[in-house]
Amino acid sequence: MKENPYEPWLATVQDVREEVGGQRPIKTFKLKFNDNKIQDNFSYIPGQCAMVSLLGMGECFFAISSSPTKKGYIEVSVMKLGKVTTALHELETGDTVGVRGPYGNNFDVNGWKGKNLIFIGGGIGQAPLRSLIQYVVDKRKDYGKLDIIYGARTSKDISYKEEFADLEKRKDVNVHLSIDVKEDGWKKFVGFVPDNLLKVKPSPKNSIAITCGPPIMIKFVIQNLEKLGFTEDQIFTTLEMRMKCGIGKCGRCNIGNLYVCKDGPVFSYKQLKNIYGER
Amino acid sequence: MDKMILSKNDLSKLIEELLKKNKVYGPVKSDDTVLFEEIKKPTELYLDYLNSEVPPKALMLHQTETLFKFIPGPKGKIEPVDMDEKKVIFGIRPCDAKSFAILDHVFEGDFDDPYFITKRKNTILIGLSCSTPGTNCFCTSFDDSPAASKYVDILLTDIGNNYYVEVISDLGKQVTKAAGKLFKSATESDTKKKKDAEKKAIDMISRTQKTDKIVEKLDKIFENRFWKDVAFKCLGCGTCTYLCPTCHCFDIQDESTLTKGARIRVWDNCMNPEYTIHASGYNPRPARANRVRNRIYHKYNYYPKNFDVIACVGCGRCIDLCPVNIDIIDVVTKAGEVKP
Repeated sequence: MKENPYEPWLATVQDVREEVGGQRPIKTFKLKFNDNKIQDNFSYIPGQCAMVSLLGMGECFFAISSSPTKKGYIEVSVMKLGKVTTALHELETGDTVGVRGPYGNNFDVNGWKGKNLIFIGGGIGQAPLRSLIQYVVDKRKDYGKLDIIYGARTSKDISYKEEFADLEKRKDVNVHLSIDVKEDGWKKFVGFVPDNLLKVKPSPKNSIAITCGPPIMIKFVIQNLEKLGFTEDQIFTTLEMRMKCGIGKCGRCNIGNLYVCKDGPVFSYKQLKNIYGER
Repeated sequence: MDKMILSKNDLSKLIEELLKKNKVYGPVKSDDTVLFEEIKKPTELYLDYLNSEVPPKALMLHQTETLFKFIPGPKGKIEPVDMDEKKVIFGIRPCDAKSFAILDHVFEGDFDDPYFITKRKNTILIGLSCSTPGTNCFCTSFDDSPAASKYVDILLTDIGNNYYVEVISDLGKQVTKAAGKLFKSATESDTKKKKDAEKKAIDMISRTQKTDKIVEKLDKIFENRFWKDVAFKCLGCGTCTYLCPTCHCFDIQDESTLTKGARIRVWDNCMNPEYTIHASGYNPRPARANRVRNRIYHKYNYYPKNFDVIACVGCGRCIDLCPVNIDIIDVVTKAGEVKP
């Protein structure tokens, strides 16, 4: 950890991959710290986040979307929405960004060993799940059955297309993709993610469900998981808030007495039920 | 703790001694407003004050502060800034000194904030007890006193011709040692005078905020319509937050030309709707009632849950300066009486 937590380390863009085009494009940036020592010592666990900045434009808090099992780089996936993300989308290979972190808590990758994992993602919400998916696939024998449910508005809006294609080829991972509206040539599920979840119908036995996506999706996913028999301590999600410091000081990302940047972003449904506060 | 006295006639000598090695900040009056400002000579001090309009937290958490400088753009570089110099805050009130101790909880911990912590370490607090508290002072509601000594390095209390001097910390001892000639040991009669002065000041505090079991009580009324009623007259101006000695929320912005820039932290305030708005346009605290409630809960529920202390020191600034007379003593006392 850096002595001055506000001062980012410099990192160089190694690769920019366009995940989704159109009105709300998503790009994945592969970043390598300029100082090799920092790159080697930057250790994180899936679920954790980093502050990425472009000097002169500002900082944003992103889930690290790559897995710590992939050495020598980190990745963040960014939807172009505001001032900073728009500037980040202009970046090219070789450009410099600032990175500080890792921040926040993480998925319980050790506690979940031996369990079946069900990933339920929508849109850009897949970014933190992707880190965990890469991690458990790299350590495949440590975990039980893996089901990945993911949906987007249209087939063009699906992030990580190549990675999903690779995962679909594996016999030890079940991928269930969906799009919201019917399209010619789409043979998989058409409809919303919560409905696809009911169709896949994962068993709650020895299972953990991890969901991330738009708030409305999360709401109905949780309802449907409960219908399927999942208990509140088997359901996990990651939250987001507007953030500035990332270290629990600037004040704005609280839900009740918890700060999403520091005490989150990963929460069990059990925790969320027991804290009140705007979110 | 050393107990001494300092003749009022010698106060300027003490200040001159302090000025030799430190920057000295104290209450300065201009245009009817008292603020903590840097002084170059003792006569600039204005000691007949209730309290400063802006709390001295501004000297620990600057209203705008450069975190580091940089060369902007995708080929950028970072240049760290020097941290703060040694300083003395003279004349800080016990309530404001307590606010520093409250803020320590935020700025220390998992991630130490070097800007705040360096300033804290390099700052000597010489407090001045209140002899005539104001109408809206209520430090006694938190079991503190207008002559509380535990939050400062040295506390001076007016006991007539002399100041009664309590030396609390090692930093304080260094000061009294360096200016040794000016101080005399306090007699029992001096100590009694201090106690009398303190009691007189406590007796002048007429208002009380009822905070008994407030954490549990607030837990039960989060969704109550009470908060809509409280927020009804709020203008959302944020005066209460900027002038609150324990409000610490900040924004971070990059200010930059094409060739040079700086990452700046500035005071922010939770009354501002932009404070929480997401890039998507979604705002978890869209209405003023959400924001007013969050401010009260932050001080009287979230802060005690996280750090075991209410984040209010009873200075009364937010009551004195609210343009629509929202009164935090009434709000919290009444919240405690709301039936869940």
